[in-house]
Amino acid sequence: MTTTTTLELTGLTALPAQTWGAIRLVPLVRDEPIADLRLDARLYGDDLAAVALDRRTAYYAYVPHGFVATWTADGTPAAAYGTRLRREDERRADPPPCVSLRFHRRMARRVDRDRVRFLPLHLALEGYLALHFGGPAVVWEEWSHRAVSHGLSPRVEQAYTGAEVAGLGDALRVFEIHPGQCGVLLYAADALAAAFVVPHPDDYRALHPSLLHDLYGELVHHYATLHGPVPDFRARIADGAVSSLAGLRAEAARQRAEWADFHATALAGGLLEEAYQVQRVRRMGPFALSRFLPPFHRRTEQHIGETITHEDGRLAYLKTFRLSEHQVRRGHLLTRLAAADWNLGAAAGLLGVTPAQLALRIEAAGFGALLRQDVLDHYRAEARRDR
Amino acid sequence: METLADLVAAEDVLLFVNAAITSTGQREFHSGAGEQRMSLDFLHAYMLGNYRDLYAATLALNINDHNAALIVRRLLESAKEATPEQRGTEGRLIARRLAALPPPRVYRLFRGLRRAGVNNRRTRAIIRDWLAARPDPAFDAVKYRGAVKSAARHAHLRLDGDLGPFLFEPADRRSEGFRSPLLEAWRRAHYEQSAVYDLPYTVAEGFAAKHGIDRELFLERIAPRLTRLERLRLQGAARAAGADSVRADLATMPLTRLAAYVLSLPLDERAARRAELTAALRTAARRAAGARAGTWGRVAAVLDDSFSSFGSTRKRRRPLAVALGCHFLLEALAEEFIPLWLSGGVDPLLRYPYGPTPLGERVLDALEHRPDRLLIVSDGWDNAPPGLAGEVLRVWRTRLDPGHRTGVTHLNPVYDADGFDVRRLAPGVPTAGVRDAEDLPTLVEFARFAEGRTGLAELRAHLDARVRHFLDGPGPDEPLPEGP
Repeated sequence: MTTTTTLELTGLTALPAQTWGAIRLVPLVRDEPIADLRLDARLYGDDLAAVALDRRTAYYAYVPHGFVATWTADGTPAAAYGTRLRREDERRADPPPCVSLRFHRRMARRVDRDRVRFLPLHLALEGYLALHFGGPAVVWEEWSHRAVSHGLSPRVEQAYTGAEVAGLGDALRVFEIHPGQCGVLLYAADALAAAFVVPHPDDYRALHPSLLHDLYGELVHHYATLHGPVPDFRARIADGAVSSLAGLRAEAARQRAEWADFHATALAGGLLEEAYQVQRVRRMGPFALSRFLPPFHRRTEQHIGETITHEDGRLAYLKTFRLSEHQVRRGHLLTRLAAADWNLGAAAGLLGVTPAQLALRIEAAGFGALLRQDVLDHYRAEARRDR
Repeated sequence: METLADLVAAEDVLLFVNAAITSTGQREFHSGAGEQRMSLDFLHAYMLGNYRDLYAATLALNINDHNAALIVRRLLESAKEATPEQRGTEGRLIARRLAALPPPRVYRLFRGLRRAGVNNRRTRAIIRDWLAARPDPAFDAVKYRGAVKSAARHAHLRLDGDLGPFLFEPADRRSEGFRSPLLEAWRRAHYEQSAVYDLPYTVAEGFAAKHGIDRELFLERIAPRLTRLERLRLQGAARAAGADSVRADLATMPLTRLAAYVLSLPLDERAARRAELTAALRTAARRAAGARAGTWGRVAAVLDDSFSSFGSTRKRRRPLAVALGCHFLLEALAEEFIPLWLSGGVDPLLRYPYGPTPLGERVLDALEHRPDRLLIVSDGWDNAPPGLAGEVLRVWRTRLDPGHRTGVTHLNPVYDADGFDVRRLAPGVPTAGVRDAEDLPTLVEFARFAEGRTGLAELRAHLDARVRHFLDGPGPDEPLPEGP
């Protein structure tokens, strides 16, 4: 089921931002945590006991996309393929659908078996795009093997782990988590880089450091490196407005409200005011898991992501990636392909090019593996003949 | 009439004093050890170059040991730039300060001087006098053997009695015993297990390992030899090893040290030992308050237990420990005390570093109680929202309380390496660095210079008084009589 709608941070309040260098982190706080949807206990790693206490109230569990953990019986690490929403009792029965990672020996040693972390970079991103467009999972599996052993070839873009984004590690380290905080909006040089919302403060505290293992586009990396420190939005109280202590308190409260308003319209506007194509993936109890795609307008801020919403409208889970300009272009190409039901000829017609040109464009965009080798060779020869 | 240069000088001195009280060159929550040291080095070089006499005079203040050693070292390194009368004062200040420093730090300073090749006549005389004043040279020779040896060598000292042979003759070539019992114990400890227990703990530990003595037995028998801090540090491990005789006497601990110890305990244990810990903290606070207890009227305090009060792994929970110390000291000083923790908690014993820093709102809450004095103990990273505390205090001062009915002081336990000072909340609010909660009364007094209403002449007079008191008085921990 696909609908077009905007994104709303229902049930969450933006509190004053904390800045460090070019990074600005805006905490999102819930008045009341959502207790019946919790992070899958296995992802808590060493803190498993903390979750076990809550097991009676936790009815549903979720596994964020790309999190690596020991899902399989033989103890090899695997990554959740797309965010999963599950009943708590399903947990013991089956592992969630996941992509096993075939690491080299050298790499495998580096993987702490029970540590929560993200997929290798390009895998996560390609997988994400393919996932959204219903690209055949078989191909994806094939890729994961190829990409892990050789890297994605041709490599047409770069993505960066949070550890490589200048100052992000320090910004996350010195960030003071608010009581009741369930999410964060991350800005690099005041460009929204990622939004992250979870149902419960405990989940947030467990996942806060994982933002460092998350991946960010080149735009975020460059902004964080090249931009100087961003200024704080400091509180200002006009002298004339205050004549008593109560007046002073009212002014202070007004500062808070103004900030939340300013943040929603000015800072997060690019995320919240875009019309997204939302596809509902799964419905379970009061919760619905959906994925959303931006309209892929080139040269604008575009985010893709996943949400879990409660039926009363509260946003339980949100994770977004900001696409780089390259990715927006590739997304544009894929939407056209998907609109034409993956029929090359029809898609070429939509784009106003010949099928051969389209095939070369697909290859240049890094999706060559989507096409059979003989088909691609045929179009290549055709293009060579036409030249 | 004050000139601009005077105002700048007064500001520089205050800046330096704040840095010298708070920074230890270790990692802090917001900056690394390298940044701290570099920033501090600059300040030292700047002060020495521009205000040498004021720089030396800061030795008389409650600056921390790290900075005291740095100042002594820089003064000795640049001895030839000083005028004869400067040298006289400096010499006495250095000697007085070294006497108050813990011996390991002084020995480290001497080693640093040796490594830097600083060996002027003054340096040698200072080393000689300091070593001569040590109460038990044999004890020092055993406990700090390498350091004493290097200092003696560096200062060309002639050691009397057994010390010379003890330090410089190879131990295995010696056949007859020493006359000093401690040196003799050290010699016998090489082959006799019972002699190990006559040695200082740090030395005995090495011998215990050599003889393969069981840890429980060793701790049980070395217990009478432990220093106060060793006892405090070891008691947990000793209890785990089964040695119950290692017990720290909390009643004699200084306030901040005790607060840091309390905060190092798990919350359950703090709750279980509530009566004992609270009593110890109250005793320490009453001792620190002395004659001033109960004289401060109605006091409100905003105390920082936000996440940044964790400090760093090198200074675990130091800012929070200072805040906790201030809580109990102010309770002793005030007639009526209103503590306001940033987290909103009310039980001082169960505080832990967590959450944001909404200083502005807490300051508002405090002002609502109309206190005579308002103290803010925080690292100054006001972030929920940023700058609100400064605005509230500014508007309060200009619009609501222009007559200074409420005295506001901000004490900051963290040096901000980028700003070369402790972080301030508002220009009108005096801010002073704080290292130990015990110094709070003197710091509050000193902070009035930071308000910008007193000039260099007054500051100089205050420093001179402190220097005189320091040189004549019994020790740097003694409070100055009231008034500048």
